Amino acid sequence: MLPGLLWLGFILSGVLGLGRAFLVEHENDCWEALLLAPGDKSAIYLGKLTGSLVLMLVVEALVLALFVLFFNVDLGPALPALALVIGLGTVGIAAVGTLFAAMTAQVRARELLFPVLLLPVLVPVLLGTVKATEALLLREPLAAVAHWLKLLIAADVVYLAIGFLTFDVILEG
Amino acid sequence: MSTLLLGWLAAVGLAAGLVMGFGVAPREVTQGNVQRIMYLHVPAVWVAYLAFTVGLIASITYLAQRRPGADRLAHAACEVGTVFLGVNIATGAIWGKPTWGTWWTWDARLTSVAVVFVMFLAYLLLRGAIEDHERGARYAAVLAIVAALNIPLVHFSVYWWRTLHQPPSLLKPGSSTMPAVIVTALLVNFVALALLGAYFVARRARLLAVEEEALA
Repeated sequence: MLPGLLWLGFILSGVLGLGRAFLVEHENDCWEALLLAPGDKSAIYLGKLTGSLVLMLVVEALVLALFVLFFNVDLGPALPALALVIGLGTVGIAAVGTLFAAMTAQVRARELLFPVLLLPVLVPVLLGTVKATEALLLREPLAAVAHWLKLLIAADVVYLAIGFLTFDVILEG
Repeated sequence: MSTLLLGWLAAVGLAAGLVMGFGVAPREVTQGNVQRIMYLHVPAVWVAYLAFTVGLIASITYLAQRRPGADRLAHAACEVGTVFLGVNIATGAIWGKPTWGTWWTWDARLTSVAVVFVMFLAYLLLRGAIEDHERGARYAAVLAIVAALNIPLVHFSVYWWRTLHQPPSLLKPGSSTMPAVIVTALLVNFVALALLGAYFVARRARLLAVEEEALA
């Protein structure tokens, strides 16, 4: 119950933040400026990704602190392992989220379409993070969730690779 | 002409599949005649995944070469794959009611197929939401790549849950536990549904081409 609640907070704040990642360019008509930027277009992807990632991690740290306080959970020695799981999960969410945010920025019904595209794709990441978080909160060792960590790493690599390789296609217009 | 031939081949294959499924294949001992829905249920999901593979390859080809034909093939294949996956889910529910006692349960393999179904529904939604045709084609190609490469991740994440669904009887390491006559009936129906799927994809791609001509 608690791990699901924790990740529900993470994903909701993440979707809200990621959905606005390209809103500045759209509202200020700076999309052409992004196109004109010299150098590799995937650098823009990595930049936007890093920005969203930092924001999400800060929010998650706050939510986790409140979670510990209000649910009276003693994280103790599980904290480093939990931080690893949260980090891997957040990279996955931000990697797809940044790509889809760029895709939906120019589409009408953007607020509706973005979560509809994003959430089904993120099911493996959410399953892995919730299950791993659950095991870690029950004081199981990191080795017990090794298969989930492998899945999260695989998901991160796949999403980052697709985002890195296809971002110039999205940015064309 | 060749599309018409494909259609007739599919019709002959479906007739042969019906004969195999209802005539040649024996009545299953424990489940009875309900088991025969497997001859539609299992080939449908194979054809769906075949169609998504075609959609993935066509999407990559479109991004590399920007030929409108590849985009139309990707669109048609993903749409037909979604329809076949819908057939798989519906027949599974019909089988599940008398066998498991429920139409639907959040079992691992049911969940994973449902997630893939929703991913490709979102793909079709994105296709419809973008007015600029060329941009829609590019975005949809990227989404098809993400969705198709996500399928193994969805399956693995869900495989590590406990599952109520029987493990695959045919697509597994080691020799099959199925009698040869059931395997034959299954394969005949797979070929028939694959021909039908190919026919649908060819027709749908042609329809998309006509639509584009009409709008241009």
